[in-house]
Amino acid sequence: MSTQSTIYLDYASTTPVDPRVATKMMEFLTPEGEFGNPASRSHRFGWKADEAVEEARSHVANLVNCDPREIVWTSGATEADNLAIKGVARFYKSKGNHIITSKIEHKAVLDPCRQLEREGFEVTYLDPDESGVITPDSVKSAIQDNTVLVSIMHINNELGTVNDIEKIGEVTRKHGAFFHVDAAQSTGKVDIDLQKICVDLMSFSAHKTYGPKGIGALYVRRKPRVRLEALIHGGGHERGMRSGTLATHQIVGMGEAFRLASKEMKEDHNKIVKFHEKFLDKVKEIDHVYINGDLDNKVPNILNVSFNFVEGESLIMGLKDIAVSSGSACTSASLEPSYVLRALGRKDELAHSSIRFSFGRFTSDDDVNNTLDILGNVVHRLRELSPLWEMHLDGIDLDTVEWNAH
Amino acid sequence: MAYSKKVVEKFENTLNNPEAFKVGRFDPKDSNVGTGMVGAPACGDVMKLQIKCEPKGNTHVIKDVKFKTYGCGSAIASSSELVEMLIGKTLEEAKAIKNVEIVEALELPPIKIHCSVLAEDSIRQAIEDYEAKQ
Repeated sequence: MSTQSTIYLDYASTTPVDPRVATKMMEFLTPEGEFGNPASRSHRFGWKADEAVEEARSHVANLVNCDPREIVWTSGATEADNLAIKGVARFYKSKGNHIITSKIEHKAVLDPCRQLEREGFEVTYLDPDESGVITPDSVKSAIQDNTVLVSIMHINNELGTVNDIEKIGEVTRKHGAFFHVDAAQSTGKVDIDLQKICVDLMSFSAHKTYGPKGIGALYVRRKPRVRLEALIHGGGHERGMRSGTLATHQIVGMGEAFRLASKEMKEDHNKIVKFHEKFLDKVKEIDHVYINGDLDNKVPNILNVSFNFVEGESLIMGLKDIAVSSGSACTSASLEPSYVLRALGRKDELAHSSIRFSFGRFTSDDDVNNTLDILGNVVHRLRELSPLWEMHLDGIDLDTVEWNAH
Repeated sequence: MAYSKKVVEKFENTLNNPEAFKVGRFDPKDSNVGTGMVGAPACGDVMKLQIKCEPKGNTHVIKDVKFKTYGCGSAIASSSELVEMLIGKTLEEAKAIKNVEIVEALELPPIKIHCSVLAEDSIRQAIEDYEAKQ
């Protein structure tokens, strides 16, 4: 396959399926396998599939320390976010119509919030502080009597910065608002203990944790109970919260991926920390480089860097044998600089110059070394091409220049 | 985003062999040199184009060109494409160059058409600057 010569450093957008997960999934597809409908109660095919689904549910629950009955299967984290946000807001609309979220959320949270605004809800979009974090205090000062839901992500997908969901949960619980957390980037990277934190709903994705695409889950707390209005109707599966025949092989894949994550999280982490350190050391040797996001409060698998005087898209194109992204894959088709970096207060040109490197379970020493060799060279050559670099070397302050903007 | 093969080739060639592709600078104070710079860092692209001309009959001819571009791959490829079109042209001929010629040569997608507009504007500015000096 031609893509095999390309180094993959975009694990935060998706991971390959772990071969052990793929093997397990294969057992639930063919006539020889357990292909039954988990909802079939009248024969062994159904019972076996149901057993596998329930086992997978326990694996997911086990990774985040909750009751398996609190896990609802969805098609992915996007659907889980939609179900949590629209589902809770619509169910509890008689109690209040105010929602709090942040400007650095994934579009899977922002777009449902925009939809709710069209339905008459009022949404507050919190700014991060300059380190890239949504503070518990900012949530506290935005909360009102009519606030029904607060939705704040755990780990930011562009920066890798970690929000203090424990403290935010204390604020929301005290004020009687439900707290939803998008944890798509968290599983297998940091410990989550839902017994200890006041989170009412949490979204998960399989494909960021070496599971398949097309499957995710929503955690819905039982005590205190959270209720929601379903988005999809047709059979009342998943206790009415999400109808549709369960995708056994996908679910088994997510279960196995999460089982492996709880077993191997330490090992993965130790390896990735070393890559991160090495990468950071080398990148800092390049002049005029800015690390986006607080190094003391982020996960090591994501490293977001701005190379001043070089435009990000051209850098990605220059790094042609390395798969990286500028910010998030969902926005890389647009010409807008990263809205996350802008919310951080980074100047537009630095937001235009950012690249996200993300490491994972299958990253090798060679991958990191080769990338670092190429990176310095390409940045240097693009700067030779850059009129901004030339002006900078001439001692011109770019902020004082009058540009002929289009 | 998927780029056309032509953009990728142009971009890579320019990056790998900048001198041959006229990356560089002339002294902007030179009376034979006209400089145009368009775009803004905040918008993600800035193009600087310089032409070196000499009189020929009752007009002037572009003898050499240098450029530098900060921007996406298409912006860099567009500048490089434009530069190739300019050498040997009279100022009147250069003024007549339209951005669609770059769009067609590089098969730019609609979302990248502004890169070619930027290139067209940079040549206009460079010519204005040159003519003001004469």
